[in-house]
Amino acid sequence: MSEIDELPAALETLRRVREDPHRLGHRGHGPQAPILGAGHGVTGPATKRIIVGYGFWLFLLSDIVMFSCFFAAYAVQRGATAAGPTARDIVELPRVAAETTALLLSSYTCGLSFAATNARNRLWTQVFLLATGLLGLAFVGMEVQEFINLGARGITPQRSGYLTAFFGLVGLHGLHVTVGGLWLATMMAQVQVKGFRREIVHRLICFNLFWHALDIVWIGIFTIVYLMGSIA
Amino acid sequence: MSHLEFDPHLYTGELNQREDHAPGDEPEESAGHWILNSNLGLAFSVVLTAAAFWAAQTHLIWGPAVPIALIVLAIAQMGVHIVFFLHVTTGPDNTNNVLALAFGVLVVFLIVFGSIWIMDHLNQNMMPVQELMQMRT
Repeated sequence: MSEIDELPAALETLRRVREDPHRLGHRGHGPQAPILGAGHGVTGPATKRIIVGYGFWLFLLSDIVMFSCFFAAYAVQRGATAAGPTARDIVELPRVAAETTALLLSSYTCGLSFAATNARNRLWTQVFLLATGLLGLAFVGMEVQEFINLGARGITPQRSGYLTAFFGLVGLHGLHVTVGGLWLATMMAQVQVKGFRREIVHRLICFNLFWHALDIVWIGIFTIVYLMGSIA
Repeated sequence: MSHLEFDPHLYTGELNQREDHAPGDEPEESAGHWILNSNLGLAFSVVLTAAAFWAAQTHLIWGPAVPIALIVLAIAQMGVHIVFFLHVTTGPDNTNNVLALAFGVLVVFLIVFGSIWIMDHLNQNMMPVQELMQMRT
């Protein structure tokens, strides 16, 4: 909040609103005095926490744009089965239901771990992060098993355009979950060794965003690839 | 009466709550607030997921309507995840996050529907393979 030696809060606010009506954080050009806290309440430039989180949010959105390319390829190649297996032959709904449950629960425990992080409770943070990791591992395990089963039946990416798109899209997501699992293990080690230092909390925020975003992508996959494939 | 274009009272007093915050983050709250959010997110997600799996297998819904039902359920669940897990809301402190999200959604729609649209037209305009073969001979 404003200090005594600055303008009264209301005047300061009037000036801020006039110079930056949409709170975009722009400072006036030219030789004017810098506006205290333009665009970010009255506290000056955004904190590192906000900048890190926002930057990671932008990265996630670009990651989702990349996934959308794979979704587009899948949608276009859906009919290109080259007289080979179709979506109906691939989908095993019970397995997809189990995978979805695992990933959704891992998203939930991930949210709980962040609640514990905010309460600065190391034990529960680690417990929930571990649960998240194990559920993620279960998800990846089921997916690898599915791919191995498909491979044993001669259903491989080189069989048709449809299968290339299928393995590309689902495999890319599985790869993301795997890499996220490695990140999670790193975060657990860092929380244990370094404690809740500021930058560690920032990384935990980013990890939370990443993990939830993977679950959002999975919603698209199980709906479009599996459920719609099972009724096609 | 005020000659200002805006109401200054609107901007005073509660400035702290109008500060920006990052996605996935919120001003200091008790752990209970986070746990409640996670619980709500999980509950909504379970209902929507179960509904999607049910809709895919049931014969109660008219066949051609099922894909649309599935897409609606998926979008609803993505919304639930964004609000309850990612904590991106429509509050004034979230403007930047929402704008970035809106741009991302725009690009995703352009890529997906643009690809489907273009490739569909190409497919329709392409000569059947048999006719192509006849032209060669």
